[in-house]
Amino acid sequence: MEWETVIGLEVHAQLKTRSKIFSASPTAYGAAPNTQANVVDAAFPGVLPVLNGEVVRMAARFGLAIGATVHTRSVFARKNYFYPDLPKGYQISQYEHPIVERGRLVITTPAGEKTIGITRAHLEEDAGKSLHEDMDGFTGIDLNRAGTPLLEIVSEPDMRSATEAVAYLKTLHTLVRYLDICDGNMQEGSFRCDANVSVRPFGQARFGTRAELKNINSFRFVERAIDYEVRRQIALLSAGGQVRQETRLYDSARDETRSMRSKEEANDYRYFPDPDLPALVLTEAFLAEVKDAMPELPDAKRRRLGAEYGLSAYDAGVLTASRELAQYYEDAVAAAGVDPKLVANWVTGELAARLNEDGLDITNSRVMAPALAGLLRRIADGTVSGKAAKDVFEAMWAGEGDADAVIAARGLRQISDDFAIEEVVRQVIAANPKQLAQYRSGEEKVFTFFVGQTMKASRGKANPAKVNEILKRLLAP
Amino acid sequence: MRRINVAIGLTALDAKDIEKVAHLARLGLSGPEREAYAQELSRILDLVSQMNAVATDGVEPMTHPDAAGLRLRSDAVADEIDRERLLAVAPQTRDGLYLVPRVIE
Repeated sequence: MEWETVIGLEVHAQLKTRSKIFSASPTAYGAAPNTQANVVDAAFPGVLPVLNGEVVRMAARFGLAIGATVHTRSVFARKNYFYPDLPKGYQISQYEHPIVERGRLVITTPAGEKTIGITRAHLEEDAGKSLHEDMDGFTGIDLNRAGTPLLEIVSEPDMRSATEAVAYLKTLHTLVRYLDICDGNMQEGSFRCDANVSVRPFGQARFGTRAELKNINSFRFVERAIDYEVRRQIALLSAGGQVRQETRLYDSARDETRSMRSKEEANDYRYFPDPDLPALVLTEAFLAEVKDAMPELPDAKRRRLGAEYGLSAYDAGVLTASRELAQYYEDAVAAAGVDPKLVANWVTGELAARLNEDGLDITNSRVMAPALAGLLRRIADGTVSGKAAKDVFEAMWAGEGDADAVIAARGLRQISDDFAIEEVVRQVIAANPKQLAQYRSGEEKVFTFFVGQTMKASRGKANPAKVNEILKRLLAP
Repeated sequence: MRRINVAIGLTALDAKDIEKVAHLARLGLSGPEREAYAQELSRILDLVSQMNAVATDGVEPMTHPDAAGLRLRSDAVADEIDRERLLAVAPQTRDGLYLVPRVIE
């Protein structure tokens, strides 16, 4: 039987605020345990939550960016459950009246463009962290993360393959970083994903029973976890079995999903409106203000860069992968005043490779945009050859100074002086009478031999265009 | 949990309902306590069913009496955390962590 996969994703994006959603504790990652949890986060009696205005602005920005309805009235609710890292005994979330509903995101896969619906996005607080290792039979509780603002983004079950799911996640990941509402750091848990996965026979309208996959913290694992789960469900159904609706944990070390037995008991969260927090009411003026402050979004930027600088769709896509990279590119183009294609080649080529090798982000590149522009100008005006420019770049990366300083110090200035090149060419021809005879008897491929010899004799510094021109003239019978 | 339909007056809770609710609230109740709570909670549901009987078509649901809506604070960090003082009220702590009975198998 042919099976169809159906995937819906829930993403928890940690909002990039300084303080928590309902308290003034800091949100910085990696602090000593419980140094960032105040009386509100630790749920001391008598404390009250006060909503951080910045999280509202961020959620609204997200809603407008995905073409969703940003409700002028939304309500915080209590989601009740008991776990020691949730000291209040409930999580403040939004349930019946979320702030954002009915948006969409356009993804691109090898098969083309596809629109994925976003059901809703709501604000909530994160829980603390439980530590089970080395606790001599106890569990240690660190409440630093408790109260960290999250935007939970729930998609429609619109994806039909792991590839589409990954494309959706990457598009969403890029978007939240463009909007500057989430740092997107998956290792630190700033962008977490749960996947609802089911399969059904092709052509069947009804969805199959789904499993919820948790704990997927990289794009690669999302793909693997879904692929594994789809295989498991198909095998189960093909053998006459049934898929159980349950939560499964992805184990990346074993590349499999496992049932979380402890959560088997049907969840009954008994949501109700939080009496501590009146409804969140937004004015049209506030929404207009958020709209006016909206940065250029990835799609628009990609189209603009393509048109403005004559870039291929591929280059425009690579260069707009992050706002910072696009900014670097545009800064370099402006500073260099050379062909934008040349700038694109260097940024996506040499620079990207070096960043990747050193595990650096564009924002902490060792060669910043004005410095790269300086080098590109020297390529464009013929001071250095493209080949020598790579050496200059390496030296700049190693901190040997700007392009002009490196070119001077290393004697990499290209020889474009006709007379000097002609001198080298004459020596090369004189030293190779046999090849000269071959060339003159019609073996034209010997020409490249002479080019190679001339470049070698000039230690790579001769301008190749000039070398070609002079060789043609002097080799002619 | 069995759906309790207060709209049509089926508001009597039995011991099983109470057991379930007590479990969700992590309350340990004795047999007689369960009986007593079944009666008390049923009376509360009776009250709710009286309210449910009122025609409210076209009335905007009100979750909070404060029509002005939520007040927001600015995104500022206040340096107000005295960890040792907070930890001091916990029965057990270690290395800055609150300790609780092990919650994982």
